[in-house]
Amino acid sequence: MKPRTDSRKFKTVSRRELLKLTPVLALGAFAIPQIQKPLLKGGLAFSDWISARLFRSGHLAPTFAAADLTPFEKFPINDYDVDDPDVDFDKWTLTVTGSVQKPGDYTLAQIQALPKVTQNTRHVCVEGWDVIGNFGGVLLSDFLKMIGADPSARFVSVECADDYYESLDMATALHPQSLLCYEMYGQPLTRGHGAPLRLSIPTKVGYKQAKYLTDLKVSHVLERVGYWEDQGYSEFYGL
Amino acid sequence: MATRAIAIEDVKTGEVTEAVYEHPFIVRLCHWVNAVSLLVMVGSGLQIFRAFPSFGAKIPEQVLINWPKSLALGGWLGGALQWHLTFMWIYIATGLVYLGYQIFSGNYKQVLFVRRDVPGVWPMVRHYFFFGHQPQTKEAYNPLQKHAYTSAIGLGVLSVLTGVAIWKPVQFSWLAWLMGGFHRARLWHFLVMWAMLAFVFGHLVMVVLHGWNNFVSMLTGWKEDPEYDSR
Repeated sequence: MKPRTDSRKFKTVSRRELLKLTPVLALGAFAIPQIQKPLLKGGLAFSDWISARLFRSGHLAPTFAAADLTPFEKFPINDYDVDDPDVDFDKWTLTVTGSVQKPGDYTLAQIQALPKVTQNTRHVCVEGWDVIGNFGGVLLSDFLKMIGADPSARFVSVECADDYYESLDMATALHPQSLLCYEMYGQPLTRGHGAPLRLSIPTKVGYKQAKYLTDLKVSHVLERVGYWEDQGYSEFYGL
Repeated sequence: MATRAIAIEDVKTGEVTEAVYEHPFIVRLCHWVNAVSLLVMVGSGLQIFRAFPSFGAKIPEQVLINWPKSLALGGWLGGALQWHLTFMWIYIATGLVYLGYQIFSGNYKQVLFVRRDVPGVWPMVRHYFFFGHQPQTKEAYNPLQKHAYTSAIGLGVLSVLTGVAIWKPVQFSWLAWLMGGFHRARLWHFLVMWAMLAFVFGHLVMVVLHGWNNFVSMLTGWKEDPEYDSR
């Protein structure tokens, strides 16, 4: 036997069930411009927070055989304004500031005196394409040791000859594949690829691989995050 | 199938009709939240795709599909990523709540396509597509519906796994490897979306064909005058 009810009571029950769904309307907040912006900013920040938790210091990015390399001529030259900011190599130094014991100007020879590391890793662009490249340089962690960086500092930020700027969280900066890169494919960096010194961070997306470095700062707070991040891209974007 | 059925007596005419409680609250809630997030994920995903509308390596770049900007969400790559990386958490959370509820309440039997549903598929296909007579059923969902819903849930899981593989190809390198590499994972993510859209299209067609009472059941949970025998 089925339970019985009358049509009036059934209408009340149905209406109550329908009203239970009203929380779904809260999603409509995303359609209101003034609220949408902070909501999406919060969503991205949450995503970055999870990303930082997912990052494992000891976990290596995949490395590849020489046969898998993208030919050097096909490695894209991406920048936001100029391919070549006319760096004067003879006068070039990397200016180190911030929470370090030995601030100052470091020459390329001083950097190259550190142990050299070469690796074939994937460069993933935020747009969705990727290439596998050969990168040579010194471990960023070795350089940070050399300049006496404060181990409790949270960020390493860089500035570039073309006004580009970027930053890394300390855990990523100390990752065993994070490079201050001065060679690609066994040759000194070309101007288009960021000569004389660039970042190569296989655990980060492409826009973090800043080129034509001129300044490096170790700090506890960031005044600005990065050229693209400050326009709305993910701040952490770990791969 | 223990579906709750009641008899309703019209207060004016005394006429007795029947209604069945088909969709528990959590299922309805997840359905509508998911409808919104799926729309956002597809819209923003296609805007992200516009940044590199191809698959494989950058050069030579071939535009595979020139997706119109008017059908995409976010305005630019950075904006679309904000939408995508915000709603993916809503999408994942909805999926987990739904799956958890279905499993622990036992309600999964309503939608899960199992072996004994197999013989019922062909008669249903004949009915829908070749004007065959309508097979009798005692359940809310016929075998073909179960097949469609089970597939859609599977696609939902795959959309998350393929998405994670291209979002975190280093931390979850094994996922990208399982999918045949980073390039293929991106292609899979794209294909899963189209499969999902195919389901949504079919779903909407069926909603229109099955009329008002059926549509209302996803709002109130109750379906009046069900087309199947609920006893």
